[in-house]
Amino acid sequence: MNDMSRVERQVDTNSIKLECRDCQVYYGDTHAIKDVNVDIEDKTVTAFIGPSGCGKSTFLRCLNRMNDTIDIARVMGSFKLDGEDIYDKRVDPVQLRAKVGMVFQKPNPFPKSIYDNVAYGPRIHGLAKNKAELDEIVEKSLRRGAIWDEVKDRLDAPGTGLSGGQQQRLCIARAVATEPEVLLMDEPCSALDPIATAQVEELIDELRSRYSVVIVTHSMQQAARVSQKTAFFHLGNLVEFGETGQIFTNPEDPRTESYITGRIG
Amino acid sequence: MTDASMQTPETGRRGTSLTATDERTRKRARAEKRFRFYGIIAIATGLFFLVVLFASILKEGIPAFTRTVVSVEFTLTPEQREEAEGTLFKTKAYSDLFIAELNKELAESGINVDFDEAAIERLLGKVGGTIRTFYADNPDKLGEPIMFDLAASSRVDGYFKGRVSRDTLQDSRFLQLSDLDLVDALKEAGIIKQAFNWPFITGADSGVDNPGGAGIGASVVGSFFMMLVVLVLSLPIGVAASIYLEEFAPQNKFTDLIEVNISNLAAVPSIVFGILGLAVFIQFMHLPQSAPLVGGLVLTLMTLPTIIISTRASLKAVPPSIRDAALGVGASKMQAVFHHVLPLAAPGILTGTIIGLAQALGETAPLLLIGMVGFVARGYPDGFLAGFTEPNSAMPAQIYTWAARADVGFYEKAWGGIIILLMFLLTMNIIAIILRRRFERRW
Repeated sequence: MNDMSRVERQVDTNSIKLECRDCQVYYGDTHAIKDVNVDIEDKTVTAFIGPSGCGKSTFLRCLNRMNDTIDIARVMGSFKLDGEDIYDKRVDPVQLRAKVGMVFQKPNPFPKSIYDNVAYGPRIHGLAKNKAELDEIVEKSLRRGAIWDEVKDRLDAPGTGLSGGQQQRLCIARAVATEPEVLLMDEPCSALDPIATAQVEELIDELRSRYSVVIVTHSMQQAARVSQKTAFFHLGNLVEFGETGQIFTNPEDPRTESYITGRIG
Repeated sequence: MTDASMQTPETGRRGTSLTATDERTRKRARAEKRFRFYGIIAIATGLFFLVVLFASILKEGIPAFTRTVVSVEFTLTPEQREEAEGTLFKTKAYSDLFIAELNKELAESGINVDFDEAAIERLLGKVGGTIRTFYADNPDKLGEPIMFDLAASSRVDGYFKGRVSRDTLQDSRFLQLSDLDLVDALKEAGIIKQAFNWPFITGADSGVDNPGGAGIGASVVGSFFMMLVVLVLSLPIGVAASIYLEEFAPQNKFTDLIEVNISNLAAVPSIVFGILGLAVFIQFMHLPQSAPLVGGLVLTLMTLPTIIISTRASLKAVPPSIRDAALGVGASKMQAVFHHVLPLAAPGILTGTIIGLAQALGETAPLLLIGMVGFVARGYPDGFLAGFTEPNSAMPAQIYTWAARADVGFYEKAWGGIIILLMFLLTMNIIAIILRRRFERRW
């Protein structure tokens, strides 16, 4: 496990970006998330791991209020982004989602050109005054998405014509184009091959210098490779949350140990 | 472990050749073959009836596009006109002049045939009146040779098309056996002939005893104005309702009820909508009777469920990942719908709308109830706005009226009208296909 050494090296104390207290989520009568308390730090990659259906994606979607689109979902508790409650009545989810970007499990570029895919967010938020500024944002975002060199000659080509890994990096570029502060990633590599996965993981590590990244993953190796903090969810409970190295080498809870050694899940 | 498995008795499957099919496999193969055969039979039956339908429509309807005309070159000098206007029976004077001209032309061709004025009237109707009206309207044409194309009566037309023969004809006030001699003579002289029936396409409905003069043009215009009303009302209302129900409305008992009712409305018989239109639009709101505006309103009510159902289906077919993607970058719900979902659903919405319009175009029953019956279509509306409010008919109602009339000449018109209606439907379907191709995103 030589990955571990690298991760341990990068751990340092950052300010808390997102503070979640006593979080509960109900889907109709199902209690999907129970009493979860997590502090997500700035400029840190936080990984959520756990068996399928344990609520890690649900919890992730609470962080930018994507659960609002599900009629039967009810979210309770306090979610504070830089000290402000994101579920406050005065908060418009549109503004929140510009600050808390999201990358989904399946690459989902718009059926538009590569340029329009990235430019869409800045356009609707009015981030560019003119075409030149927009061009600049698009280039910068595609560079941050580590895909610029591959697509710079065909920005007018459809985004859906790219390979799976390229599409996912395009989606990451699209997410960073609105200058978010937190980037949520819901199993971003589960539809990708190992090479594309390696590229995206490398990208996540670079993104850490600017953003607070939260990643849901099924792959424990991936969590160990990219994250500094890891949260283990089981049956809607947050079982253990701590330094990634600590979770993987010396877990406190027996359930965590069982999961990472492959006995449950 | 290995011992145990090796000692299990050989099952029937083991050791058999792959090339020798067993009974079970043969049975399955036979069942599959049978099923394919049924499918082919079903399609062949459908195609057979389609061919029979088209063949009979074409066979019966094509004659409606030709008519029998008597072409006579006629010159009226101003003096002749003055003289005729001075007589007591003015139209008879004109008629006499026409008969004299006809006799002259027959004599030039070296054909000798006896006929009287009554025979001409049976053949061509009131010729004198037609000529008099023409010169009253166009006094500048006096003295010039004018080619008069006079439509022959329904039975003469039938004689040319084989509907009437010498054996079956019985003397009546419509046509007598002796008249056929005159017709044959005129035919030999090349005066009477078959021509393309433009008045059928451009004309309006005629009286019950004049099938030759009946045209579908006025009711095509009526249908056009109705479709305009339907399109302008049902597309925005239908699409807005579907977007709201599909994307914005909360899921509760009330919206469920609305959904069920919309689906049920699509199955309500059209005549019910007709009664509704009669009661609400005409008797309660006092909108003009027989007006394409009212017809359009009734058909809008009928088309809305179709448009809503197809629009919702195409909105549903847009993958949710697109909505997530748009919301994820901070688009509002409305932006997500209008920027991303609607463009992807557009081909489906357009197809649904055109299918709904085509359905409305062929609807007859509700129109009969609000008074848009065929005989109302006696002329073209005066101008664009009048097109909505002036009494008119629509193509299917016109066809129905013709089919219900006694004269066999109208029967032919009904089939001809169906050909025109089918041509419009075909055009609309082609437009639907083209729009679908154009708006579809193939990436």
